[in-house]
Amino acid sequence: MLIKRYLPPIALAACAFLLPPILAAAKASFLLTQLTMSAYYVLASLGLCALMGYAGQISMGQAAFFAIGGYASSFISTRNLVAVASFPAVRFLDALGLLTRGTDSYGAALLSPSPWIACLCAVLLAVLVAAVIGTPVLRLKGHYLAMATLGFGLVIEKIVRGTKALGGADGISNVPAFDIFPGLAVTGGRAARAANFTISWLVLALGLLALVNLVGSRAGRALRALHDGEEAAGAMGVDTASYKLKVFVLGAVYAAVAGVLLTHYNGSIGPGEANVMKSVRYVAIVAVGGMANLTGTLVAGLILNFLSLRGVFGRYDDAVFGIILILVMMLAPEARALGLGAKAALAALPRRRGGSG
Amino acid sequence: MQSSLFVQYLVSGLIYGSIYAAVAIGFNIIYNATGIINFAQGEFAMLGGMISSTLAGILPLALAVLAAVALTALVGAALERVFLRKVARGGVLKMVITTIGLSIVIREAALLVWGEGVRTLPFFTGNEVSSVSFLGANFSPQVFWVVGITALVVAGLTAFFRFTLIGKAMRGCSANRDGASLCGIDPGRTVTIAFGLSAAIGAVAGCIVAPLTQTHYAIGTGLAIKGFTVAAFGGLGNSVAAVVAGLFLGMLESFSIIVVPEAYKDVVTICVLLAVLFVKPSGLFGSRAVGALKDY
Amino acid sequence: MSLLELEGLSRSFGGLRAVDGVSFAAEADRITAVIGPNGAGKTTLFNLIAGSLAPDSGRVAFDGADITGLKPYRVARRGMARTFQAVKLSRKMTALENVMIGRQVRSRAGFASGMLAAPWTWGEERSIREESMKAIELLGIEEYRDKETGSLPFGIQRSVELARAIAAEPKLLLLDEPASGLNVRETRGLAELIARIRGRGITILVVEHDMSLVMDVSDEIVVLSFGKKIAQGKPRDIQANKEVIDIYLGEDDA
Repeated sequence: MLIKRYLPPIALAACAFLLPPILAAAKASFLLTQLTMSAYYVLASLGLCALMGYAGQISMGQAAFFAIGGYASSFISTRNLVAVASFPAVRFLDALGLLTRGTDSYGAALLSPSPWIACLCAVLLAVLVAAVIGTPVLRLKGHYLAMATLGFGLVIEKIVRGTKALGGADGISNVPAFDIFPGLAVTGGRAARAANFTISWLVLALGLLALVNLVGSRAGRALRALHDGEEAAGAMGVDTASYKLKVFVLGAVYAAVAGVLLTHYNGSIGPGEANVMKSVRYVAIVAVGGMANLTGTLVAGLILNFLSLRGVFGRYDDAVFGIILILVMMLAPEARALGLGAKAALAALPRRRGGSG
Repeated sequence: MQSSLFVQYLVSGLIYGSIYAAVAIGFNIIYNATGIINFAQGEFAMLGGMISSTLAGILPLALAVLAAVALTALVGAALERVFLRKVARGGVLKMVITTIGLSIVIREAALLVWGEGVRTLPFFTGNEVSSVSFLGANFSPQVFWVVGITALVVAGLTAFFRFTLIGKAMRGCSANRDGASLCGIDPGRTVTIAFGLSAAIGAVAGCIVAPLTQTHYAIGTGLAIKGFTVAAFGGLGNSVAAVVAGLFLGMLESFSIIVVPEAYKDVVTICVLLAVLFVKPSGLFGSRAVGALKDY
Repeated sequence: MSLLELEGLSRSFGGLRAVDGVSFAAEADRITAVIGPNGAGKTTLFNLIAGSLAPDSGRVAFDGADITGLKPYRVARRGMARTFQAVKLSRKMTALENVMIGRQVRSRAGFASGMLAAPWTWGEERSIREESMKAIELLGIEEYRDKETGSLPFGIQRSVELARAIAAEPKLLLLDEPASGLNVRETRGLAELIARIRGRGITILVVEHDMSLVMDVSDEIVVLSFGKKIAQGKPRDIQANKEVIDIYLGEDDA
């Protein structure tokens, strides 16, 4: 029974190493890019699964945390401090090894905070925002909670879209590679394709592992009890408000980390990542996966994101996720078997519509 | 500030405030009848504007508007019958997610049918250049249509709920929440009519402002958020308060341009929403008990 | 000093005074029963004691400390556990997992250690499991250990909930109508169980309708009617109390 729980993360880790050579042999290495991106999107969905499935809180704002992570990290790591290089604060950071040197496309000198520090700041920012937003929001229930998180998501999108310093509608680009350790970096480009795939799937495996551990732990039991009945959980000593907030922050961290890594992988980020439709996708994936089902979210997420990124849904991309939501709700959101059936039906759908439409 | 500028902002606030109030009234009708929030509410306004803009090419304007309203009402009723009834037993979370899905599908369908372009409706009286002068400012006579029809709708609804049998049945449903959930799973006409009525009101709002603000497939989401803000602000279920709150929010948004850059205008509204939800979810005029919504 | 002391506890709902100036003390290692006709305010009283309802006035002291108005989880952490009249279990979790929830107040591992499956939590997890099993064995429900509670018969669910409360090793256990729905034989089994629980050093406060159980196990009885305490004393005295007899005989049995 114990081993069964750990099968998914182990399988993921195995795929992380085995898929690149397999795909190379099948001359299908080009798929690695979308598989890498899918992994990061699924990471965000996993965080949402913990929140929605186990703590029973709906959030329409997961994309906002993804964007906070990506934007903060890219903003910080693209700041050129050359002009202020002599300031004590800057020299201090340099002495700590937190700054990287380089040249931009025009050959001018670049002195920027390293992606590590940028990532750390981004995650901390997400934690802060989640804690501040979560405290009042989590006191709400049902539609009020959905609306509040939706509103939060919209605010973040409007801010990143409307702020010139964040690139406005174009977003931030020229985001540097994220050196994990010498020789291994999160970045785009064919040469790093296989390595990045491995990194992304390993990160996903670790993320999943942490959640699997959580669910089976004392805190996980408290969460599940909280979901099933706050009154009883409280009577048994569970500080429900605190647990809800912690899960909310945890979900935000997962989304932010995913945002950071995907941004460094793509080399850029745009306001579209904060769009409400992205939040809807995360919710749809968790719903199809079976709400409280980490493995379900994983499988549904990988399949749906991959299909979407490969353009299988074409123009109907957003519509597909809307339809998924409706179907899953109507058919039985807890039944994973039905979820799989729905996915299969949907995968077949666009080709038919494409033919007649 | 010059009086003409003031009047411009005022009028703009009136126009948008009316449409927000209408969407809010739609929210309230459904909430009162079923206890749920219909995330797809904004799409009804969008549909009203879009359908009427298409029909205006083949029918006289008045008929086009009426037909659009009727068709949208049918869509609303159909949504309830086909989708929401099936999900009603599943609890609030399921229904919320379903209406979110529905709003997306409607929007994407609209994109499919009408494309990305902005569409408009002929002015009810006069044309794009006719104007009325007041305190140095010029504005279109359409504004009178907006205010007038909104007032008529509110008056008509008040009469409907007070004097007709169906209206009273719907009020009965809202009187206690258990009754509301019973109505939610009740196969009876009451709920379907509530959705149809709510959709019709949204469509009316969409039609009367379309000449002024143009319409376009994606306006639904923003309208839904703002409409919900208004409904919550006034107290969920209280439609007279919704009108007051709607006008207030419209004005706030309009005048906020003085201090806040245009790009952040919507942020103001959403902040109002968040403030309402955090500080007094029952709204200005709602009761504590209704506002608590601590139960599913 | 008594383990639990109520002083002038009052709570109204709208115009209805559900609990009206109730004062009594429950002594440690004793079984105190609260009885009274339907609507007398018994469950409201429990909710006031356990913290899920705040009193309009009055005081609750537990183990020497004032706990008036404390949130339920804080009250629980001070050593109070309760069962609910309508059993409140996690339907999807197994019986064992539900009972393990009872050990929350006796363990500490948090989110971070949980996610890391940190070695220092292994010992605690093992002990949680062992103590929970002991409570399960006390209730005699071992065979349902790994079954989802949602699928269990109501009587077994009751036992799971009781095991959960016992697993918390509380100083005071609040039982909310534990005998409702039980037949004569089961009620007698319950009486023995309650005696065994008391034997573990757990003080019990029980709300109950079933007179035979109450007379059988209680050391002290408090009688409520329309929110007021109208009598308190040993079972024998209560049985002979005219006022108590009146309020019961004069009532339509629900």
